[in-house]
Amino acid sequence: MKFAVVVFPGSNCDRDMFYAITEGLGEQADLVWYQEADLSDYDAILLPGGFSYGDYLRSGAIASTSGVIDQIREAAEAGKPILGVCNGFQVLLEMGLLPGAMLPNKHLKFMCHYETLTVENSDTMFTNHYSDQEEIDIPIAHGDGNYYCDEATFKKLKANNQITFTYKNNPNGSVADIAGITNEQGNVLGMMPHPERAVDSLVGTKDGLRLFQSILTHWRDKHAIKA
Amino acid sequence: MPSKLEISPEQIEQQQLYKEMGLSDEEFRSITEILGRRPNYTETGLFSVMWSEHCSYKNSKPLLRKFPTEGPQVLQGPGEGAGIIDIGDEQAVVFKVESHNHPSAVEPYQGAATGVGGILRDVFSMGARPVAILNSLRFGSLKQPRVKFLFEEVVHGIAGYGNCVGVPTVGGEVQFDNAYNGNPLVNAMCVGLIDHKDIQKGIAAGIGNTVMYVGAKTGRDGIHGATFASEELTEESAEKRPSVQVGDPFMEKLLIEACLEVIHHEALVGIQDMGAAGLTSSASEMASKAGTGMLMNMNLVPQREKNMTAYEMMLSESQERMLLVVEKGREEEIAEVFRKYDLEAVSVGEVTDDQRFRLEHHGEIVADVPVDSLAEDAPVYHQPSKIPDYFQEYQEMENYVPEITDYKETLKNLLQQPTIASKEWVYDQYDSMVQTNTVVTPGSDAAVIRVRGTEKALAMTTDCNSRYIYLDPETGGKIAVAEAARNIVCSGGRPLGITDGLNFGSPENPEIFWQMEKSVEGMSEACRKLSAPVISGNVSLYNESFGGQAIYPTPVVGMVGLIEKTDHITQSHMKNADDLIYVIGETKPEFGGSELQGMLEDRHFGKAPQLDLEVEGIRQSQLLTAIQQGIIESAHDLAEGGLAVALAESLFANGLGCEVTIQGDRTSALFSETQSRFLVSVKPENQKAFEQQIEDATLLGKVTGDGVYHVQSEGETVVEEQTQTLEQLWKGAIPCLVKSKD
Repeated sequence: MKFAVVVFPGSNCDRDMFYAITEGLGEQADLVWYQEADLSDYDAILLPGGFSYGDYLRSGAIASTSGVIDQIREAAEAGKPILGVCNGFQVLLEMGLLPGAMLPNKHLKFMCHYETLTVENSDTMFTNHYSDQEEIDIPIAHGDGNYYCDEATFKKLKANNQITFTYKNNPNGSVADIAGITNEQGNVLGMMPHPERAVDSLVGTKDGLRLFQSILTHWRDKHAIKA
Repeated sequence: MPSKLEISPEQIEQQQLYKEMGLSDEEFRSITEILGRRPNYTETGLFSVMWSEHCSYKNSKPLLRKFPTEGPQVLQGPGEGAGIIDIGDEQAVVFKVESHNHPSAVEPYQGAATGVGGILRDVFSMGARPVAILNSLRFGSLKQPRVKFLFEEVVHGIAGYGNCVGVPTVGGEVQFDNAYNGNPLVNAMCVGLIDHKDIQKGIAAGIGNTVMYVGAKTGRDGIHGATFASEELTEESAEKRPSVQVGDPFMEKLLIEACLEVIHHEALVGIQDMGAAGLTSSASEMASKAGTGMLMNMNLVPQREKNMTAYEMMLSESQERMLLVVEKGREEEIAEVFRKYDLEAVSVGEVTDDQRFRLEHHGEIVADVPVDSLAEDAPVYHQPSKIPDYFQEYQEMENYVPEITDYKETLKNLLQQPTIASKEWVYDQYDSMVQTNTVVTPGSDAAVIRVRGTEKALAMTTDCNSRYIYLDPETGGKIAVAEAARNIVCSGGRPLGITDGLNFGSPENPEIFWQMEKSVEGMSEACRKLSAPVISGNVSLYNESFGGQAIYPTPVVGMVGLIEKTDHITQSHMKNADDLIYVIGETKPEFGGSELQGMLEDRHFGKAPQLDLEVEGIRQSQLLTAIQQGIIESAHDLAEGGLAVALAESLFANGLGCEVTIQGDRTSALFSETQSRFLVSVKPENQKAFEQQIEDATLLGKVTGDGVYHVQSEGETVVEEQTQTLEQLWKGAIPCLVKSKD
């Protein structure tokens, strides 16, 4: 399986994502510079964390208007798995691929540490290696991770099973402890915690690796059926 | 023409305007002699920044020569952007520490942020990818509103910059003492990794080659920053806020990626960052190192503001700028690399053969001076030194041993002293994990990052107990190096070398100069004994605030060690119930400069703890061997607060308890700060092997699973408390002090 890690100016978890795929998952990945990107050949698209365009204006706002965005929309419509982590999640929100918005953390400080997440929906292409209500430990590292949406949107998220991960001890003030959500179709996941930082027990837990394994399993199953 | 409006050389001399720029009468006379005429305004500016202490080390050079700087592992000693040490496999580690004290005192967020930016550029300009940031911070009492503000904003600034550029802030130290009330210290250290073949130098070689400018445009910020950093802070310092630069970490991130790409381009000859004294220092140093000259056209320098004079452009310390020398005719190839990152690389001058530094502006030559006169010929001062009265007095004092009646209460109070208390409030704001190599995150003795693709890891730490150095600079200097090495060894590493961040008061005060001299001598001796040469460093003098109150002498030691196999990585926290607890090294009643003394007496006096470097070396090497043999579960050096505090800290992470018996005087056994001691835990099955390997170890007791911290002596309970209760006090102290409104 071939993953594209889209690199914006100011992305800084791009290499981490690359290693999570190549060394952690053992699949193929390319770092794709946003201006030169041709995403048509890739099976999945990963939007890494960082501070795209310095997060000036709003987190993810400038990247969400860059040239590569149309290709990301096309891939989303085609049903390819798209994962946005941290700044990548913020980009997906700014693009409107996912509903809601991101506010500064409730204590107005950047935070970096492990958090316990609850898997709310294990029936997605990103979570099929987890079980429902399983608790996993994955690090966060963000200043603007306070997820907000209005009541109507929240009801919709809930009704469609789009809430994928919640925080056990809400660190940032997010609505309903939300840590990650998918789109209605279930092929676009945005999450603030960093699964790519949790793929090697030497530097933490391996709880994030199963997210990438889930994507691979889904892709293999889909292609097995076709074949 | 702005140059026509400039103050004339005659006016500079007659009105002694050079003094406002920080030059003395004598220095001005010597510049006149070098040039054979009076310098014009721009030239006076060039000399004033290059001859400032910050750039020339004119007061500290005679001392810096005492440091051992060589060793078989050293690839690059002091003199370039950062030092380089071989770590095998054609790889090397690059590191340096730098101070940003004065800017942080007046504008803490930007002062600290640009401190991080500057040290990163020192490292990636060598061709290395920055892999870790550490810092060493000193503040006054958190009970003072201004100190609280400085503390919060400095941490915020470090986080704001470091998090954005994607380099993990993995460790450091924060200490609090009244001695820093008016003058905080902000030292940032950067560690980079490089393949030998990629090592760059900041040289302007090849006559006719082109000088290119990359990065942010030049503005009027930071003019005379280096001069500002070379004088005492006064009540008027706040007016120097325009001397403080503003950082743009996004620009820095683009520069890192572009520069690490351009170093592989064969048309690149030399690269250096524009740090203190901006364009002046980078350009003149690059030419001086290559034995060439340089001609720059100031009209070509990218400018952010209108009508800037050559003087302003040359002295600006606008951030995120680099100077490159590239092969003539290949400028476009280099510019192309930067264009990918939306950065402009502009040709601004050429390398000449005349060893002169010439600047052209609006068709006129506005400066023409010998290049070495700027970079090499600054005066060197051998300041007089005098033993301070306080030192004599302290040496003659009777040994101070506090009287303690309630040991539990004392331990609880110690755990809440800001210097000892958990720094989680600080490091939680730093991204310590980006790049996914951080094996040991902040909070242990040293931070550890793995070297991807190898079995190796790097341990790194910053250390300096300035109270000991104040009491006895020579012994304190030795202790600073030894303690850093202890932290490296406890993590499973062998010390490779150090970078020194020397922070002192005014060298023109003979008693301060004596502190500098003695602490450098102490550090040098320890570096020799522990085979850790000094490969880079920084000097920050005139750290004095309102009323001439100098800070405690604070020569920060930044040390990096090599861990041969990731299996050897060891942490300070104890792991399993029933493991045996040992202390290595005997304990004496030593409380001079201790945390307990400060807490009880609100000042520090008496003798610093003694240090025997022979014993230190033996214990370190024995412990490292034991760690490498795999018979140590946890290792922690005994530092501030002594055994009682180290034991508590070792139990917190896993919520364990202990059953420990102490011998002899209880106050000393628990709280003395005798040096060269370690607290380790060992599995029962390794008891014999451990005791054979370590001669000076005393069995104290064992780890327990009940979560109770229990220390007894002669059959009596001395301290008994829930570990969790102690941990809450330790963790809560700093957030509580920051929040409190009084």
